[in-house]
Amino acid sequence: MPWVLRGLRDGVVTSRYPRYDDGYPPTWHGAVEVLPHEGPPAELGKLCPTGAIEVEDGQVRLDRGRCILCARCVTARPDVFGFTAAFQTAGLSRGGLVVPVVAETDEALAAVRDGLTRRVRALRRSVHIRHVDAGSDGAVEWEIAALTNPVYDVHRLGIFFTVSPRHADILLVTGAGSAGMLDPLAETRRQLPDPVVVIAAGVDAISGGLVSPSYATRGGIGAAVDVDVWVPGSPPSPFGLLHAILLALGRVPARRGKAAP
Amino acid sequence: MSAVERVPTAQRWGDDVVARVSTGQRLAALTGSAARGGTRLAALLAHGGQLDLVETVVPAGSDGYPSLAERIPGALWYEREIHDLFGLAALGRPRLDPLLLPLAAGTPRPRPGARRSPATLIPEPAALPGHVEGPGVFTIPYGPVRSGVCEAVEYLVEGPGEDIQHVRVRVYAKHRGLEKRFEGMDPVTGVLLAERVEGVASVAHALAFAQAIERIAGIGVPPAAALVRCLYAECERIANHLHSVIGLTEAAGLAVATARFGYHKEQIMRLLGEASGSRFGRGVITPGGVHALPAIAPEQLLGRLTRLGRAVDADARALMGTPSFLDRLRGTGPIPHTLAAAHGALGPLARASGLPEDVRSARPYAAYDRLGEPSGQARPTGDVLARTQQRWAEVRDAFRLARAATDALADRPDPQHELAVPVPPDASGRAVGWAEAPQGELLYLVELAGGRLTRCKPRSASFHNMALFGPSFAGDITTDFAFIEASFGLSIAGVAG
Repeated sequence: MPWVLRGLRDGVVTSRYPRYDDGYPPTWHGAVEVLPHEGPPAELGKLCPTGAIEVEDGQVRLDRGRCILCARCVTARPDVFGFTAAFQTAGLSRGGLVVPVVAETDEALAAVRDGLTRRVRALRRSVHIRHVDAGSDGAVEWEIAALTNPVYDVHRLGIFFTVSPRHADILLVTGAGSAGMLDPLAETRRQLPDPVVVIAAGVDAISGGLVSPSYATRGGIGAAVDVDVWVPGSPPSPFGLLHAILLALGRVPARRGKAAP
Repeated sequence: MSAVERVPTAQRWGDDVVARVSTGQRLAALTGSAARGGTRLAALLAHGGQLDLVETVVPAGSDGYPSLAERIPGALWYEREIHDLFGLAALGRPRLDPLLLPLAAGTPRPRPGARRSPATLIPEPAALPGHVEGPGVFTIPYGPVRSGVCEAVEYLVEGPGEDIQHVRVRVYAKHRGLEKRFEGMDPVTGVLLAERVEGVASVAHALAFAQAIERIAGIGVPPAAALVRCLYAECERIANHLHSVIGLTEAAGLAVATARFGYHKEQIMRLLGEASGSRFGRGVITPGGVHALPAIAPEQLLGRLTRLGRAVDADARALMGTPSFLDRLRGTGPIPHTLAAAHGALGPLARASGLPEDVRSARPYAAYDRLGEPSGQARPTGDVLARTQQRWAEVRDAFRLARAATDALADRPDPQHELAVPVPPDASGRAVGWAEAPQGELLYLVELAGGRLTRCKPRSASFHNMALFGPSFAGDITTDFAFIEASFGLSIAGVAG
C-alpha cells in the first residue's frame, strides 16, 4: 500500500512526445550543425578526431554518422560549427546523416521511405524490439533501457522490448561491431521473422566512431547486418532513439503540434 | 606513482611482489607492455596512500614469468589477460583460460606498446575450455545475446539443477582492442577514447586519464576545474548506484519502485545533460582542466540537487523498509571479508565486505581534499543487502559532495577565471592516474613520448571485481542470479577492454 501512494507522488511525469513537442534543454548537445559562414579554409577537416568533417568544392559537410559530439570543432570554429539541442537526427539512409543535406538525395530517400512503409505496415501500432550489443561502451544500453522509465514510457505507444528474437520486429543494435559479436548478431538477425527493421544506434554502430579502427572491431555493425535506420549520437539520447523507432514505423508526425500545455 | 622499482629477473620480481603482498600491500594491477627485447611486466601495489610500481623485463624467447595467482588470487585474471595480449605464459599455472581474446595456437598477439600490431584478429571459440559434463550436472549457457537490454556477456551457470555451483564469465565477445587504439593519439583525443572505455563511468575514466597526463606534464588544474570534475563525478556515481538498485527492484518485481528510481535516474542524467551538454558528462574534462563551467547557475543547481536528493532518500528509505524486498537480498551472493581481502576487492562491493578503502580519501585528487571525506559505511555483512545499503550510503554522500562542490563554485569571485592549463605539446614520461569510479578504484597507466600516447592501460574496477562474480554464488539458486549481478554494478565494456 505505501508503494501505491508513492507511485502517485509526482503526478504524470511522462513526455507527450511525439504528439506534442518535447526535448532536452537548449544547453544540451544534441547534434552539430554547419552554420552559414564565409569561405572555409581547407584545414577544417583536420579538426575532427573521427574524420567527420569534409570540405568539398568550398562546401563544409559534417557526417553525423561519425561525429562523437566532442565539441572540438565547435570550440575551434564557432563561426562554422554550432550545437543544436535537436534530437530528431536519425536517418533512413547513411548519406542522409551528412549535413547540410544534399538536395538530390531526396528522391532516393522517398523511395526508401516508401519501401520501408510497405514493409512495416503490419506492425505499426504494436511493435516488439530485440536489442543486441555488438561491442558498445555500455552507455547506449542505459539510454535504451531509459525508454521504459516513466518519463519516456514507450509502452504507451505500443512499443515493447522482447526477450526472444523470434517475437521481435525491430532489431536495435549498438556497438562498433566487435569481432566476437558478429556471428551472434548475424544469427540473431536470422532468428527474427520477416519483416524486420534493423536500427543502428549510435556512431559506434554506424561507423565505428572513435573506437574503430582496431584489430577487434569492424567499423560498425554493417559488416554483419543490413541497416534500415541510422541514429547518430555518442550515445544517442532516449528521445533520439524513440524518434528513430517511430521513423522506422512511419509514425513521426509530419506537422508538429504545439508545446504541451 | 610513489616509487618505481626495477627488478632484474622475473623470478625475483615475482618473489618481490609476493613479499610485498604478504606484508599487507594490495595488488592493484598487473600489466604488460611490449618493450625492446621482450615484454615489460608491471605490478602496481597500493599501501597507505602510496602506489608503487614494480617492474621487470621478460626477455623475448623466454617461456614466461612465474605465476603469482597461487599466492595472490587477484592476479589470476591479469595473468589470463597478459597471456591473451602478449602470448606470455604464467609458469606454474597449468590452465590459463583465454579471457579477452581466445585465439588459435600460433596466431600473433596484439602486444600493446609495440609499434606493429595485427590488422585483424578473429576470436576462436574452440580455444576456450568446454563446459562441465556428467550425470545430473547441467550447464546453462546464458548469453552473449541475453534477455533484457544489457551488455553482451556469456555466463555459463553450472550445477546439478536449481543450485548454482559455479559460474563462468566469458567477456571476449565485447573485446574492442582499446589499448592498441589509444596508441599514437594525442592526450586531447585520448581522453575522448577514455570516456568510451566504460561508457557508464565516462567522467571517472576521463578524470583518471587526464590526471595521469597532468602528472606527466607536471601541471596543476585550476581550482574551479577541480570542483567541476568532482561535481560531475558525483552525479555519475548517483546515476550508477540508482541503476544498480533498479536492477534489484526489477528482479524483485517491484514495479512502482522501479518506476520511481528510473524517474530519479532520468532526472540526474538530465541535470548532467543540461549542465555539461552530455547526459554522461562527456566532452567536459580535458587534460589540464575542464572545457566549461556548468551551464546551470550554482544557486539553481544547488536547489535541484537538494530536492532530488530528498526525493531519492525518501524512496530509498521506503525500499529498505519493504520486507519482501529485503528477504531476497539477505544472505544472497556473500563475499566474506577474507575472500574480499585476499582478492583485493574494490569499490562499494569491497566496502560492503569490510574493506573501507576509498581512493577519494586514500589518495585524494581533484577537489576531494577540500570537500570533506566520503563517510558512508554500511554494516559489512558482505551480501547483496550490505552492498545495497552501501550504495545508499554512497548516494547520500555523493549528493552532499555534489552540493559542496556547487557551493564552492558559487563562492568563486571571478567567473571568467581560466578553466584549463595547456599541456606542453611534447610532453613525455609515464604516470599512473586514478579515480574512484562508481564501480571502485580506476587506474590508468599512461606512457607519453613526444606528446603521443605510446601505451595506455586502463584498469577498471569492473575488471578486477568481475573475478569475484563466480565465487560469490556459494549456495545460491538460479533465481538469485539477477540480484547478485545487479548488486555487483559492473560494466562489461570495462571488463572486456
